[in-house]
Amino acid sequence: MLLIRCPYCETERPELEFRYGGEALLERPKDPALVSDDAWTAYLWTCKNPKGPHAERWRHVHGCGRFFNAARNTVSDLIVSTWRVDDSPPANFDGGGA
Amino acid sequence: MTQPFRLPSGGRIDRARVLRFSFDGRAFEGHPGDSLASALLANGVHLVGRSFKYHRPRGIVSAGSEEPNALVTIDRGAGRMTPNLRATQIELYDGLVATSQNRWPSLEFDIGAIGQFASRLIPAGFYYKTFLWPPRAWKHLYEPLIRRAAGLGKAPGEPDPDTYAHQFAHCDVLVVGGGPAGLQAALAAAAQAESVILCDEQPEPGGSALHDPARASELSDLLAKLRALSHVRILQRTTAFGMFAQNFVALAQRLSDHIEPSAASGPRERLWQVRAKRIVLATGAIERPLVFPGNDLPGVMLAEAARIYANRFCALPGKRIVIATSADSAYEAAGDLRRAGAEIVAIVDAREGRPIADDFNVIAGAIIDTKGRARIEGCTVQLADGSTLPVDCDVLLMSGGWTPNASLLSQARGALRFEPILQTFVPDVLPPGISCVGACAGDLRPQGDASRPIHPKAFVDFQNDVTSADIALAVREGFRSIEHIKRYTTNGMATDQGKTSNLNAMMIAAAERSVAPQDIGATTFRPPYTPVTFGTFAGASRGELFEPVRRLPSHQWAKAHGGVFEDAGQWKRVSCFARPAETMRDCVNREVLTVRKKVGVFDASSLGKIELAGPDAVDFLNRIYINDFSALAIGRCRYALMLHESGVVLDDGIVARLAEDRFHITTTSGGIGHVLQHMEDFLQTEYTDLRVWLTDVTEQWATFAIQGPLAGNIVQSLLPDAGLSQASLPHMSLRELVWNGSDLRLMRASFTGEAGFEINVPSVQGAALWDTLVDAAERLDGCAYGLEALNVLRAEKGYIIVGQETDGSVTADDLGYGKMVGARKGDFVGKRSLSLPHLAAKGRKQLVGLLPLQLAQTFEEGAQITQAPHPASGTHALGHVTTAFWSATLDRFIALALLEDGRARIGQTLHVPMPAGAIAVQVTSPVFFDPDGSRLRG
Ligand SMILES: [Zn+2]
Repeated sequence: MLLIRCPYCETERPELEFRYGGEALLERPKDPALVSDDAWTAYLWTCKNPKGPHAERWRHVHGCGRFFNAARNTVSDLIVSTWRVDDSPPANFDGGGA
Repeated sequence: MTQPFRLPSGGRIDRARVLRFSFDGRAFEGHPGDSLASALLANGVHLVGRSFKYHRPRGIVSAGSEEPNALVTIDRGAGRMTPNLRATQIELYDGLVATSQNRWPSLEFDIGAIGQFASRLIPAGFYYKTFLWPPRAWKHLYEPLIRRAAGLGKAPGEPDPDTYAHQFAHCDVLVVGGGPAGLQAALAAAAQAESVILCDEQPEPGGSALHDPARASELSDLLAKLRALSHVRILQRTTAFGMFAQNFVALAQRLSDHIEPSAASGPRERLWQVRAKRIVLATGAIERPLVFPGNDLPGVMLAEAARIYANRFCALPGKRIVIATSADSAYEAAGDLRRAGAEIVAIVDAREGRPIADDFNVIAGAIIDTKGRARIEGCTVQLADGSTLPVDCDVLLMSGGWTPNASLLSQARGALRFEPILQTFVPDVLPPGISCVGACAGDLRPQGDASRPIHPKAFVDFQNDVTSADIALAVREGFRSIEHIKRYTTNGMATDQGKTSNLNAMMIAAAERSVAPQDIGATTFRPPYTPVTFGTFAGASRGELFEPVRRLPSHQWAKAHGGVFEDAGQWKRVSCFARPAETMRDCVNREVLTVRKKVGVFDASSLGKIELAGPDAVDFLNRIYINDFSALAIGRCRYALMLHESGVVLDDGIVARLAEDRFHITTTSGGIGHVLQHMEDFLQTEYTDLRVWLTDVTEQWATFAIQGPLAGNIVQSLLPDAGLSQASLPHMSLRELVWNGSDLRLMRASFTGEAGFEINVPSVQGAALWDTLVDAAERLDGCAYGLEALNVLRAEKGYIIVGQETDGSVTADDLGYGKMVGARKGDFVGKRSLSLPHLAAKGRKQLVGLLPLQLAQTFEEGAQITQAPHPASGTHALGHVTTAFWSATLDRFIALALLEDGRARIGQTLHVPMPAGAIAVQVTSPVFFDPDGSRLRG
């Protein structure tokens, strides 16, 4: 069971309190009506699925209820850092592969 | 004479007390401090079980948790029978009842032993190969044969009456293993750490020092120091069985199985979930058996195990002992066993660099054969010059050296490397925060390789009956990776996970492949280290405590009035309120007709409810739902649909405006969790500019529906001063009132097609209001109705249920609700997807009604719909039935369905193939009753 630091509660809590929320740092188009079918479909369904650092959304669902971002290494399964949705990723984070 | 092999003095047993026990119905005696295995050996019993595949007679091999052979069933009374326990780990108590496994009719005369002659029929990979044989032969011949012949103990049949506990713990240092290295590590850690936990699987701490009289004073000194420290907690009978991410370790503590059943109390076992800053593995090393023909005979044991039985348990395994070895440690065993009174007939050492031991008959050579059927009687030694020498014995001890017990390290993804000096795998790369000490770290006495020569008909994995021939066959058939050889031969895949067999299997595979051991690699260990009971995992989460139960405010009334309960998620909901001598179908029909003709009351409290507040509430709703809420007046309600971003329907409900900046929202009963998650997701991460707050008020409000032509009469009598009329409270509007001193939210809304209301009161008032409503209804010849009647009533009107008419592929337009999409408003969740080709194209499945042409014919929900009554194989279905009910109102069977281009097919005749033949159906509008909605207005 992972230990996850909630950047809002500012404590490390067991994984049981959290729910995974899919890939992070995806930008919803400002006006979806203006994007092509292909671009919209890619936004909906295409995942990076990298081997190594991965930006993910997690929610402290059995705590403060807030969504936040986390950098998890998909090889070691360790969450390297977490940050609030309105903060920037850590400087050394490579954004989750190409 | 009882206990003929018991030594007269010494050891750690209490000879002053005699414990009686039985094994396969025979009575024996032992002493406190004995394990079942040591007590059996003290009584001269070696044969304790039959093997898994070939039913070969098997004896006790080891003295610890690595035991592959001595699996027994312990019976502690009804529901307390546990199979596959290792006799080496069972503590003796007075009255213990043990039986052997996998034998019929008896251990000594086993008919299944014929299986060993059939060994050529069940070679490596037989699990896979047999599936290639003719399927009929598999089903009727091989499977029954193998099932009868193979297997371990039998699972108990009764519910487990014991209780189990769970406990979380945090510590600076967790030490696994209570041998000298572990105790020293705990003492060293305690000097700096604030909290130390030491867990040890044995009944008392000490590990190898327990059978080494020379270390007795060192042990008592260590224990005295540790026990004086209040921040060191020592857990005995506690196995660390699982290592998980970030130093999270699962421990199973056995609390009462070592006590006789009549005296045992409290939980049987406790699961510890420990988060440690640092972990020290002091799990020792496991002695490696030798691979020679007959190495599985009862009386063939590990050398150190015999030393443990003699020194610690004072049970001498035999009187005439031969020791085959490639490790120095066996010479200590030889010395101790001779002091205990056994004759050491010979020490057969396979190594060139064997130690000089003038006081023993040391022979340079190896065992190549054995004698005996249910017990070893002798062996054949091959000397260095190739000549052979027969030797008689009653016990044959083997020591192929020691292997660090790295199961937990392997679980934690640590890496091992092959150490040529020790001829075994030792820890190499340690995960962060984990260290190894003592024998587990590879701190071992000199030892060499004893894996050659390879004898084809020798056992490697005793528990799964895997031979060296099986491993050779797997290599010949092309398997290269040790992980594949393991799976194909099943070596190391039994309940012992190959603690004594993995290294031999790797060495044989390396030799067969002509590669160096370091190139073949080690297999991965997985949790649990030793088997853990289901009870330990379940803890208190059983029966009523398995999951929270959510009860409606009307629950007690329903129990007293024929309520037939069904589970809907965690809710106990009521299918119908059956009267005496009423069938379920009669009951549902009566409830439906009562609502249509008089009035019915329904407990809808399980509906999800959200209170939405904030200055940007309308903006938020416009982005989350497909509807346009800009013009929704205060006090008015709207049926609303919510889409997933992919355009499919996620949920539906009613949105009621309480004030300029405040809304009361309902969701489906099962939907509240993911609807709130969906809303919060967009609010927190996308629409961060909106000032809106969401609160789940599902459990704050009890909700009752009052439906039927007389519904207004009930509400009038309940709230006489509210001045309610069709004009002041029209359909789909809401009023906040006071009843019985409490807030009340009254909504004119309908899910039945009848004029009706939904009343919300604080949950604490729910039961009182329900009683009042049922009472008022019954005075008007109305009744309470349940979920089944509600489903019929809504289906008659073509109202959908999300999850019943929708399945994750259905859009608003598919349901006929395309016009609900707010035309003038901007973007909302899911809108962009509605114009994607696959959602906008022709040929989508649309909601329709189906009526069987023959009134008496019925079909099932989920049934397919086809053009032809008997379509050719490969014809695709046009759609499927989503809801199917007997409609009491219409006195006929009705169904809702999703049908390709369904709205264009209204009027067509199609078919629903059922097992008894296809049923012809007419496609209709999904609204079967009161299509213009005149009844809604009362
Ligand atoms: Zn939090």
